[in-house]
Amino acid sequence: MSTRELSFGQAINEALRQEMRRDSRVIVLGEDVAGAAGRAHLGLMDAWGGPMRATRGLIGEFGAERVIDTPIAEMGFVGAAVGAAMTGLRPVVEVMFVDLIGVCYDQIMNQAAKMHYMMGGKVRLPMVLRTAYGTRGDKRSYGGGAAAQHSQTMYSVLAHHPGLKVVVPSTAYNAKGLTLAAIRDDSPVVILEHKFLGSAAKGDVPEADYTVPIGRAHVARSGTDVTLCGIGRTTHVCLEAAQTLQAEFGIDAEVIDVLTLAPLDEATILESVMRTHRLVVVDEDNPVCSMARDIAARAADKAFDYLDAPIKTVTAPDTPVPFSAVLEWLYTPQAAQVVAAVREQLDR
Amino acid sequence: MTPGDTPTCEQLRDLYARMSLIRQFEERLKWLVETGVPVGAVHYYTGQEAVAAGVCVALNGSDWIASTHRGHGHCIAKGMDVRPMMAELFGKVTGSNRGKGGSMHITDVERGILGVNPIVGAGVAHALGAGLSAKVRKASEVAVAFFGEGAAGIGTVHECMNMAAIWKLPVIFVCENNGYAQATPFEYASSIPHVADRAGAYGMPGTVVDGQDAIAVWRAAAGAVTHARAGRGPSLIEAKTYRYYGHHQSDDTLRYRLADEEKLARDRDCLSQFRAHMESRGPLTLTELNAIDAQNQALLDDAVEFAKASPVPEPHELLTDVYAPVML
Repeated sequence: MSTRELSFGQAINEALRQEMRRDSRVIVLGEDVAGAAGRAHLGLMDAWGGPMRATRGLIGEFGAERVIDTPIAEMGFVGAAVGAAMTGLRPVVEVMFVDLIGVCYDQIMNQAAKMHYMMGGKVRLPMVLRTAYGTRGDKRSYGGGAAAQHSQTMYSVLAHHPGLKVVVPSTAYNAKGLTLAAIRDDSPVVILEHKFLGSAAKGDVPEADYTVPIGRAHVARSGTDVTLCGIGRTTHVCLEAAQTLQAEFGIDAEVIDVLTLAPLDEATILESVMRTHRLVVVDEDNPVCSMARDIAARAADKAFDYLDAPIKTVTAPDTPVPFSAVLEWLYTPQAAQVVAAVREQLDR
Repeated sequence: MTPGDTPTCEQLRDLYARMSLIRQFEERLKWLVETGVPVGAVHYYTGQEAVAAGVCVALNGSDWIASTHRGHGHCIAKGMDVRPMMAELFGKVTGSNRGKGGSMHITDVERGILGVNPIVGAGVAHALGAGLSAKVRKASEVAVAFFGEGAAGIGTVHECMNMAAIWKLPVIFVCENNGYAQATPFEYASSIPHVADRAGAYGMPGTVVDGQDAIAVWRAAAGAVTHARAGRGPSLIEAKTYRYYGHHQSDDTLRYRLADEEKLARDRDCLSQFRAHMESRGPLTLTELNAIDAQNQALLDDAVEFAKASPVPEPHELLTDVYAPVML
């Protein structure tokens, strides 16, 4: 199978393009998913290709009927995706940033998530909601990031609702495979795409069509002394910490890339914890009611007898995301904090 | 069909049959509630029958409707079987939603019913999506968004009207103005007298129609359907109507409505008016209409028996159907 190096955004773009070729029921809609589409008659129609450029070029290949620029009306167009999914399409709707789900939360948590169950299994809702999230988390950047209303993570308010699948890819490879799996799934799937994975997420991606299964975590690094659980970017934080732990302290960490927040692959996490006897969960979200604490609680409940040290969580603090790059960097979980947590567990 | 057309004999029969079935369904339900049968929270449609029937008789089986919290009438008018509806209210596994939805979530996608929906305005977006879907699939289906005058105050409805208009989607917005959003009077919540007047702001036709007159509603809907199927985009119809009972089964209307209001509305009852119209002008006779009533009564006797005799869901159903089966 031939592969080439793609960025995170290129991998998502390829997944959308391949699935739109394969399945005419797939449409893409959202704010500026093309950009300037209404000016096709003036020779302008793909000004943006989505805020993260993941839908670039799609309108040229599939036309304005399947790649739909929407007005700024998230409640209306996310709801339209729900209605379209109930009536024979497989919409991929983009909400620019996860912070904006506040204005369309009803359609996500009351409508999309609950339809299948509430209607006795008689309605299928094959829709995907793509959304960008996360802090810049780089103290070298000048000035600041996007601050409190454009940098959040919001995992817990999405994963909380039964019926919604929530996936968080971390690399170009799993981004393509999870996107394809999400579009083919008959349940609503939210894909959270970190805005600042950068070169860490670049990698070899097969040209062919493949899926990464939803609901399964991936062991990104095998180890024996401690299990580090990462989500999206924090998987890379865990991998960086694992290198330091190995090189400087001779500690062999296993890194689990959670990949799907709901339904959570509890089995893979518990199996690892039962082998390594230690768990650190690293989560960019705020700590209260977070995935970090949820995973910690499940491990405490189901693997307590195997634990040799208290479970640790490394999360953002219980504050909004600050603007100044210095503060934003402090807000964002870093490898050094993970290393410190593991050293505390092992007393080394 | 063009606006101004008169309904055929078959359509007149349908209009009456559906209004009568809705009325009897709601009256039977009210009796069940009052005799202590636990059917959950219900919002009676009684009084508004001409709106649901008038609109839905103008539709085809393959057309879509999205409903409101006050949705039994829409479902019946769109052709739903009263057996699974009644069983759903009883929380039985034979219900339309296997007993997992209740009154506020009755759905029958096979019949184009996208769901009763108790989140005000939410269903309007689903109708928008159905209209978008029809256009993408190049199907000649139309989608109707029923909503109350209360929902005319929520942003979703306006977002959807704008998108339907800019994309020229086959969506018909039907505002059932029954005068009250729960206990809040329309004249308090709107600075203009007609929701339909807002249609102009979105560049679509808006019509006010007498919601107690099934033929008038049908005529307005038939015109909007023709407009939509011709690819000319959405319309807004505002039907002025009245709900005879409270917002829900235990709401006392005398705490916020004027004493003679209900009587005035009942004097213009949609079923009585239809019967008087047929009596004076035909083509249907009162004997025929009475036969329809009797048939509907039998359907409801059967539906209640069916609901009573049906089993409740097995305990394992608590955990089923959270997600759809995965077929990659």
